[in-house]
Amino acid sequence: MEIDPFIFRLSIFILSIFIGYYVVWSVTPSLHTPLMSVTNAISSVIIVGAISAALAGSSENVFSTSSTFGFIAIILAAVNIFGGFLVTQRMLQMYKKKKVKN
Amino acid sequence: MISANLSAVFYLISGILFILALRGLSSPDTSRQGNYFGIAGMIIAIVVTFLSVGNFSTSLVYVIIFLMIGGAIGAIIAFKIPMTAMPELVAGFHSLVGLAAVFVAIAAYLNPEAFNLGNIGKIKLASLIEMSIGAAVGAITFSGSIIAFLKLRGIMSGSPIIFSGQHFLNLILGITIFILIFYLCKTQSDNIFWTLIAISFLVGVLLIVPIGGADMPVVISMLNSYSGWAAAGIGFTLENTALIITGALVGSSGAILSYIMCKAMNRSFVSVILGGFGADNSSDDLKEKIDQKPVKSGNAEDAAFLMKNASSVIIVPGYGMAVAQAQHALREMVDKLKKNDIKVTYAIHPVAGRMPGHMNVLLAEANVPYDEVFELEDINNDFANSDVAFVIGANDVTNPVAKTDPKSPIFGMPVLDVEKCKSVLFVKRSLSPGYAGIDNELFYKENTLMLFADAKKMTEDIVKNLD
Repeated sequence: MEIDPFIFRLSIFILSIFIGYYVVWSVTPSLHTPLMSVTNAISSVIIVGAISAALAGSSENVFSTSSTFGFIAIILAAVNIFGGFLVTQRMLQMYKKKKVKN
Repeated sequence: MISANLSAVFYLISGILFILALRGLSSPDTSRQGNYFGIAGMIIAIVVTFLSVGNFSTSLVYVIIFLMIGGAIGAIIAFKIPMTAMPELVAGFHSLVGLAAVFVAIAAYLNPEAFNLGNIGKIKLASLIEMSIGAAVGAITFSGSIIAFLKLRGIMSGSPIIFSGQHFLNLILGITIFILIFYLCKTQSDNIFWTLIAISFLVGVLLIVPIGGADMPVVISMLNSYSGWAAAGIGFTLENTALIITGALVGSSGAILSYIMCKAMNRSFVSVILGGFGADNSSDDLKEKIDQKPVKSGNAEDAAFLMKNASSVIIVPGYGMAVAQAQHALREMVDKLKKNDIKVTYAIHPVAGRMPGHMNVLLAEANVPYDEVFELEDINNDFANSDVAFVIGANDVTNPVAKTDPKSPIFGMPVLDVEKCKSVLFVKRSLSPGYAGIDNELFYKENTLMLFADAKKMTEDIVKNLD
């Protein structure tokens, strides 16, 4: 009997939860704020769904109801991607080891 | 146009890069590299999506324009935002992920053919369940994060909003969501879909309004987790591995952070969610108690004198430091102390501030080397061997009552053993109780000197007196 592809996706999902569990426990507490901003940035990979939705409009009707929702979602996710990664970078930049001034 | 199999492989690669991005955060040295992994993963995912859709029509031009608009807005925000505003920024970003999830779910519902989910009115059952869960969780994340944002920004009062029957109402609405999903699957009626989203927005609002300011670290972490589950729900709908992996990572990350925050307050997750903590913080006998007990108060000169004659000082920052933006002045003070060969370290309680790691970021901004900053369990034994504890903007996390009085609402919460220091300097604007609404015994200890002032101003005055 064939296995439903859903089961494969579910397997990936559950294994990823375990990976997330172990990886996040190893994050040092002083970097918990960058952790939140970077998880926020990567969860905006939802933009792939938004792009697919936006590109689904026909060439005569670029802004159908469905693709318009896609376009708005692109803006929202893009704000997050750029904002999330850049602000994380800005924060991490501050965690550089400082030279002791004498 | 590339094949579905090839794009699935690339999505897997970007998923792995996201794992490496989180992995990099295990130490400040590897963290920047981790962030680049994350960016690489994102670029791969976006490019592969373009290639796999393969529809290079006018739509594509618009997609790129919209991407740039959003990107520019995001970049401006990222560069302009002051570090003290991080908690509300993160809450705001969570709301965007939530709303994006809702919109993608709506787009998929309105045009299922584009995603191979069946036809309008005949969407595959599994896809329909997945997209409605994604939409509902996304909507809750959106409206909940908006409320969290308003509270953190101070536009809305940070105190809990409570009305009778609140939890019952939430329960009913929660059950309604499941019933609606059930009927949506049966009838595929548009009205049910819209109602489902509307109710989910309402649930998000109701879920966060009863939760007070100092519980915000839990709330933000929880919303972080929700945004991940919403993304995963959409990932299942779109059969996209990158989204499923990321959703699971973010979901578990947020859940772990919520757990750590709850543990640091010795409160159960359920009690935080039910909210209302610290709502009645001015009972009469409490005020009486404050009036009666003697308090030693001093000025910047006294504080400077005490510190100058110390050989070790531990700084305990809290939310008050963030509000007063005192981190730079604090760093200046520490520099002066170090010049006099005084050992200075920082002690950070996990829930100090309004989000996990809030104090660490502010100290990093003020150029404090991260190896001088210690977590609760690593530094708590040092208080007994130190001369001065300088408490700036923290309150409940130093209250010895948590160790001694079983009747206290914060009993059992791990606290910093500040009172074991030879002397304690406590910068605070007034004697008012902290967030938990309880009096801090530390104020009345023999060895405590209260410094009544704004945190920044007091620190600056101490700096002047250290010369």
